[in-house]
Amino acid sequence: MSPIFDWPFALRIVPPLLRALVVTVEATVAGMLLAVTFGLLLAVVRRFGPKPLARIAGFVVNFVRSTPLLVQIYFLFYVAPLGGVMFSPFATGALALGLHYSAYCAEVYRAGIEGVPQSQWDAASALNFSRAHTLTRIILPQAIPPVVPALGNYLIAMFKDAPMLSVITVVELLQEGKIIGSETFRYTEPLTLVGAMFLLLSLFSASGVRYVERRLRLPGAVR
Amino acid sequence: MNNWTSDLAPLLKGLAVTVELTVCAGALAIPLGLLAGYARRSRNRFVRVPAACYVEVFRGTSTLVQLFWFYYVLPLFGLSLPAVAVGIAVLALNAGAYGAEIVRGAIAAVPREQYEAATALNMTRSQMMWRIIVPQAVPAMLPPTGNLLIELLKNTALVSLITINELTSNAQILRAESLRTTELFCIILVMYYAMATLISTGMRRVEWSFARSRRGA
Repeated sequence: MSPIFDWPFALRIVPPLLRALVVTVEATVAGMLLAVTFGLLLAVVRRFGPKPLARIAGFVVNFVRSTPLLVQIYFLFYVAPLGGVMFSPFATGALALGLHYSAYCAEVYRAGIEGVPQSQWDAASALNFSRAHTLTRIILPQAIPPVVPALGNYLIAMFKDAPMLSVITVVELLQEGKIIGSETFRYTEPLTLVGAMFLLLSLFSASGVRYVERRLRLPGAVR
Repeated sequence: MNNWTSDLAPLLKGLAVTVELTVCAGALAIPLGLLAGYARRSRNRFVRVPAACYVEVFRGTSTLVQLFWFYYVLPLFGLSLPAVAVGIAVLALNAGAYGAEIVRGAIAAVPREQYEAATALNMTRSQMMWRIIVPQAVPAMLPPTGNLLIELLKNTALVSLITINELTSNAQILRAESLRTTELFCIILVMYYAMATLISTGMRRVEWSFARSRRGA
């Protein structure tokens, strides 16, 4: 009769789980880099682009936010190759995470842009700045810092969604845990450790986000 | 000749299961979230700490990990539940934890003066909460609750991975048979979008009627 939680076995499976955790983190970082850039593009096009483009950007944001990430991952994995686009499973997964969260990031940026007072626009036009110049030099530098914590929260959310990449054969943390489980017929230790690793890293990054939030609360800032 | 219209019947069957999962889990998650959110503001440590642990654990770990943990590990402790029950339980517990944060945030957003006024009127603590604070907090809870229900709907796709045949898994089964990949995934994406739109318009209705009843009162 083996114990309910076999500690020596649990310690033995920590190294492979940590290696898989690296894959999870890599996918999250790659996805986030895509999400913050593409999200900004979506937000700017939606707010300042020509009307048809703005409509499309708005629809994309809504549609992506309303449909499950899992189905989007399947879609990219199975449908994109039919169009002749071949990516590795990892790249497909990171792309899916990035596109999904770019819709959320776009909403965050939108809130930031709307938070910049109208007087800033007026001042820029009084100084004869062009629209593009106003946007990149005056508005966005004021719109983005206040929303960095909100972006950080989506980074954590994305990290927790990374296990979905296991469905397209990416061996990330959860998949490694399940592989260990199926090889040893012990699921308690690997799955509990996987959960604990997610919890630790999430709590740790959440406190990191709170730290950034405090640092960004600059003296004299509006918010 | 088979075409994508022949897929509609099994997909609609899957859609019904997805709706069922969302409704059941939502019906459990809302009271759970209210309870846990309210408990987190309790002055009794033995109420506050367990509620905080529940919320942090379910918000801090991946939904998919929770699902597999409940599916694979609970039977080892002698608790064997059917997959559907595990799915609904995990979805509800997960949404309930996020709901608790909505409740806590909304209660915390009620201005201090309201508490002071209630104290000045010599109300008991439960009178103050139920007559003054909670009624003012509810309208602030409604918009995030709509988003939470949409998240819940989207999370139901995950239970396809613990052998429940809902919309996503039915599409996967059909895809393996027919290779009509593009059509199938487009159809289910539109179905999810339609359901999410239904939830958000429904919630907006609720918000309106709340706003109207408050004005009319």
